[in-house]
Amino acid sequence: MTRTVITTDPGDVSVAAQTPAVAAAPQTAETLLEVNNLQKYFPIRGGLFSRVVGNVKAVNDVSFKLGRGEVVGLVGESGSGKTTAGRAILRLIEPTGGQVIFNGTDITRLSKAQMRDYRREMQIIFQDPFASLNPRMTVADIIGEAMQIHNLHPGKERLERIAELLSKVGLRPEHMRRYPHEFSGGQRQRIGIARALAVNPSFIVADEPVSALDVSIQAQVVNLLQDLQEELGLTVLFIAHDLAVVEYICDRIIVMYLGRVMEIAPSRELNTNPKHPYTEALLSAAPVPDPTVKRQRIILEGDIPSPINPPSGCVFRTRCRYAIDDCAKVVPELREVGPGHFKACIRDDIL
Amino acid sequence: MTHQGEVLLAVNGLQTYFHTDDGVVKSVDGVTFHIKKGETLAVVGESGSGKSVTSLSIMRLIPMPPGKIEGGEILFTGKDGVQKNLVTLPEAEMRRIRGNDISMIFQEPMTSLNPVYTVGDQIGEAVMLHQGKSKREALEVATEMLRLVGIPAPEKRVHEYPHQMSGGMRQRVMIAMALSCNPALLIADEPTTALDVTIQAQILDLMRKLQQEIGMSILFITHNLGVVAEMADRVVVMYGGRVVEEGDVVEIFKAPRHPYTMGLLNSIPRAGDAAHVPGQPKQRLEAIPGNVPNPLQLPPGCPFEPRCKFAIEACSEAVPPLFDTGGGHVSRCIRWQEFEQAQHEVNA
Repeated sequence: MTRTVITTDPGDVSVAAQTPAVAAAPQTAETLLEVNNLQKYFPIRGGLFSRVVGNVKAVNDVSFKLGRGEVVGLVGESGSGKTTAGRAILRLIEPTGGQVIFNGTDITRLSKAQMRDYRREMQIIFQDPFASLNPRMTVADIIGEAMQIHNLHPGKERLERIAELLSKVGLRPEHMRRYPHEFSGGQRQRIGIARALAVNPSFIVADEPVSALDVSIQAQVVNLLQDLQEELGLTVLFIAHDLAVVEYICDRIIVMYLGRVMEIAPSRELNTNPKHPYTEALLSAAPVPDPTVKRQRIILEGDIPSPINPPSGCVFRTRCRYAIDDCAKVVPELREVGPGHFKACIRDDIL
Repeated sequence: MTHQGEVLLAVNGLQTYFHTDDGVVKSVDGVTFHIKKGETLAVVGESGSGKSVTSLSIMRLIPMPPGKIEGGEILFTGKDGVQKNLVTLPEAEMRRIRGNDISMIFQEPMTSLNPVYTVGDQIGEAVMLHQGKSKREALEVATEMLRLVGIPAPEKRVHEYPHQMSGGMRQRVMIAMALSCNPALLIADEPTTALDVTIQAQILDLMRKLQQEIGMSILFITHNLGVVAEMADRVVVMYGGRVVEEGDVVEIFKAPRHPYTMGLLNSIPRAGDAAHVPGQPKQRLEAIPGNVPNPLQLPPGCPFEPRCKFAIEACSEAVPPLFDTGGGHVSRCIRWQEFEQAQHEVNA
């Protein structure tokens, strides 16, 4: 697996496709997934006739592209819409609006039957290894289910394939006859990874795959994902709330806040040179595992506002220390401020 | 921050066992440590290490049966200046200590608040019980406490119910409740684990500020080494129900003397220095192999031996004692001197 290009075009800025970053990259990236103006609203019903009285705007106008073989982090706090975005991309929940173009096809327009072929290509690893495995199914059933649905590896071959997958994720083939409760959290997450790989997908959404694991186990699973991604050339959307974990594994990072994209940049660039005040605060809030470093941290005031009634203009302005009157007027556009570096902030005189 | 190093709490050889159908789980097996006045001690460990059972033992909140404090002593000097052994203290006296001398904040701010009482009632409850205040006075204290923990419009918020508040706000209420009687010791059991990083930063900042104002000691239980580095004066590392290392926070991070602590420190991603540079191979985390041990089947020797890359034959023979490595730093590893030598060579 070779390092692929940083496709940085956020969708609606078509000129950005020819940025120097793209030109300087070792190989031309082929876009595998393009998300354009993705929206997911959850209606709130009330009153006598259960009319829609409002919407939870969980994902609001999110656009980005993923190159083939690229690993991109989707980072944000609870309520940022990162998980909803991940699920809407896979149509595990139906998007309210926007396009999800996978390999040239807008999958949001496909029928359920047509969608099935694409599901083989697009898989997910869930956050909670305890809730995402059916306790009544053996490991072989769990991993084999998707193969059965897609008619892959019929007959004896299927068991061989399951055994192969188990060894690949660091478990033993004889584990296939066991039930989920016989495994620890880290081992269950490995089963979840084997299940996602069972149908040979090209794209995987990893939804906080290590957040529920013990610290000493997290590194094992991060390393496993990294190995598999490189070996199989997977394209991965890695959803996380922890910037420190994603920067190890990701080529680029997308930062979300209250349903919108705040900043997109290559991992190192985002960490060393954040351009959006929210990214700056997020980086500063993470505790540093070094007792000799005592830094001045930016403490954000208050909580994330309600997604039912998000602030006008920039959604972050209510907690932003750089906010000015103009921030309330228009929703800031995601614009390029450096090679492959995009931010949704109107102020260029800061950071 | 320490007041002449006066010891507030001393846990000596604590043993808390759970008698289950599958056998006896020795969750805490001979744990010894102390906390000085005004000090923050962090207890670090993974699930099953015994860190939460230790804190519940101090509060005498272990469900009995199946749990039982089988041995050891917990010596605590309360506000009255008298040292008491909490293990043998009658329940009625223990009740006077809980919430008054020692209070606790839990991981889940949602499940640890009562949904059918207003936050004012819940904060005021301890004040009325321990300080004999009237309902009206207790409400005033509750309002003051909410103001202290930085909740806007406390006069209004004091009449609200937990469901009307966000996660960070609820954790502030928990802190307000815990501090309402000016405790000498605050036990914080993973108080920020369920919170987002920006809210975590707010809460940690608040705890530090309040500690300076009130001068209490904090027993901080966590698995997050970043939080430890930020909050602790000293650190106790637990594994398999035992203390495996203890020392000053700077020493623990700079010169760990137990392979488990070293492994933990190496396995955490550090923001900034490891970010992937395009075109270069990605850096990898150094993982500790294997799984957290089953508390029913702990190995006969060192509990970390099956996962330890430095393990030798002698490690599986007997549980190693705690070795004093100097300067108040202890390690439960028979090879600790070799690590010290290796470090000297690296430095030289």
